[in-house]
Amino acid sequence: MTMAMLVAPRLVHLSAVDVIIIAFYFALVLGIGFYLRGRANTGEDFFMAGREMTAWVAGLSFLSANLGALELMGWAGSAYQYGILATHWYWIGAIPAMLFLALVMMPFYYISKTHSVPGYLKLRFGEPARALSAVSFAFMTVLMSGVNMFAMAKVMQIVLGWDINFSIWVSSLTVAIYVTLGGLRSAIFNEVLQFFLIWAGALLIPILGLYEAGGWSNLKLQITERASAQYVHLWSGLGSFTGNPMGIHWTGIVFGLASIISMGYWTTDFLVVQRILAAKDIRSAELAPIIGAGFKMLVPVIVILPGLLGLAVLPEKLVPESVAAVTGAHSYNDVLPLMLARYCGPGLLGLGITALIAGFMSGMAGNVSAFTTVWTYDIYRPFFNSEGSDHHYVNVGRWTTVIGVLISVGTAYLVMQFASIMDYVQALFSFFIAPLFGTVVLGMLWKRATGPAGFWGLLCGTLSSVSMWLWVKVDPSALRYVALSPHAKGLAQDMYQALWSFIVCVTVTVGVSLATKPMPDSALTGLVYGLTKVPAVGDVPLYQKPLFWAAVVTVVFIALNIIFW
Amino acid sequence: MVSIWFFIGISLAVNGALILAAGLYQLVNPPENPGIVLYNLHANVWWGAVLLVFGLIYCFRFKPGRQS
Repeated sequence: MTMAMLVAPRLVHLSAVDVIIIAFYFALVLGIGFYLRGRANTGEDFFMAGREMTAWVAGLSFLSANLGALELMGWAGSAYQYGILATHWYWIGAIPAMLFLALVMMPFYYISKTHSVPGYLKLRFGEPARALSAVSFAFMTVLMSGVNMFAMAKVMQIVLGWDINFSIWVSSLTVAIYVTLGGLRSAIFNEVLQFFLIWAGALLIPILGLYEAGGWSNLKLQITERASAQYVHLWSGLGSFTGNPMGIHWTGIVFGLASIISMGYWTTDFLVVQRILAAKDIRSAELAPIIGAGFKMLVPVIVILPGLLGLAVLPEKLVPESVAAVTGAHSYNDVLPLMLARYCGPGLLGLGITALIAGFMSGMAGNVSAFTTVWTYDIYRPFFNSEGSDHHYVNVGRWTTVIGVLISVGTAYLVMQFASIMDYVQALFSFFIAPLFGTVVLGMLWKRATGPAGFWGLLCGTLSSVSMWLWVKVDPSALRYVALSPHAKGLAQDMYQALWSFIVCVTVTVGVSLATKPMPDSALTGLVYGLTKVPAVGDVPLYQKPLFWAAVVTVVFIALNIIFW
Repeated sequence: MVSIWFFIGISLAVNGALILAAGLYQLVNPPENPGIVLYNLHANVWWGAVLLVFGLIYCFRFKPGRQS
């Protein structure tokens, strides 16, 4: 692997010190993996990080698992394209769900001592619901990992001129080594490291950008002149589909994004929930998502603000990907690297690029470690070998890590050949989130929900989501029915598709439950609200109680929405 | 076990030192064309110093053997 691989035209040029910083990052993550290899010998160690993470480590890891490089660049691009509206995905599209996970759902996950979300479904609804959830999750997780791998390699090619094969193999082999050696603990350690690198590498952009723009008030004036006043308002333009740059109505944001999509993602996607399950006690498990929520509210500073600053200070006008592909101009998604190149000299540039690489690799490690746990505990053990020793399952986990990475690499090459696969895989992933939330939340809060109802609700909700997507694919005008308006755009479809599939899931679950025999209370103890004694967080001062910090986060969340109304 | 915060400290300290060194080198040998906006603020000097200080604090506070 030599510098000769830097062949294509690029956005930025690295100096020697930048290359050293990037190389140091790779050395450090591999070093952490080797250091932790002796601490991943049992199933609890390898798959659950020994369940000994503090609230801070679990909380930052929980947030980092979602803070990937594509997420950073994509939402910075969305902020350039749609303005401050993109912040909804960080605030109302995340904070209420994180607090709901902390205060309502986490006690049930934690008390049940499950290894995974499908594992909870097994305890609550039985094997069929677990099998459906586990197979769909495992399948989609490795495919998504491959899609992200290709997308990131493409970004590295555009930004740095790196060869795609070089990016794919170096990053995937590094992830395979450190997760195979240290298991979930290694993945979590590197996610926390990535969290710090991202802030260290990205925070300078808004600081210097605001300095250049002349402060927030001047920035708003410049954006209003170059785009529109609606680019700096969160809610005031959401009264109609045509009153804002995103073409979305407030009902889609509140009932689709906040109530269903974000609830589904933050409370049932095992990729993020797994980090909280590794917490050392119930108080840490409840505090971790609240800590994550506190920092999540700050992420727009390094993601949305650079996009808005790009609108004001970049001399060129960025264009959609489709136009960029034809004209050679920079696309919206290039705004973050462009801002990085605008302000960051030698050293700082290397740190910024390291932050992007770290974001990608920890996201991949998150996918792979979640896949490994679900495959080993929820597919291999119940369906292939239920008599194995703990040591046997750890070995299966290690091999599954390697195989998961290889499947991801294979998917990346498949996407390279057939680009449209990327859209299909990303759409497929969204099919499962909303119905899964319906099944899990009913399982936790309604003791009358029965085993068959859990399975059929999940299946029907998922199929309804697939059907709506296919309907719009075959007949684009159907969007007016799915999203309630002919003016609705793609994002609005996701919101309403999630809402309808959730309603289908809940309706079927309730209907089948009422038609089937109730489960005995003894089978639901520790799994359902009303039949579970949630342990107290202990006799601790007020400032150490999860409820106190949830209230603080809620007040700040409301204040921010009012300030940027 | 070595604390995760110690590894964070190492990362911040080493990166901070490298960035600070690069910034100081540019101060002593100013490039003809810096190629960035706001070069006059010398962000890599003060940002590198901030990272180095934070990193050293973390390294010292969480060095192996110091914790229970």
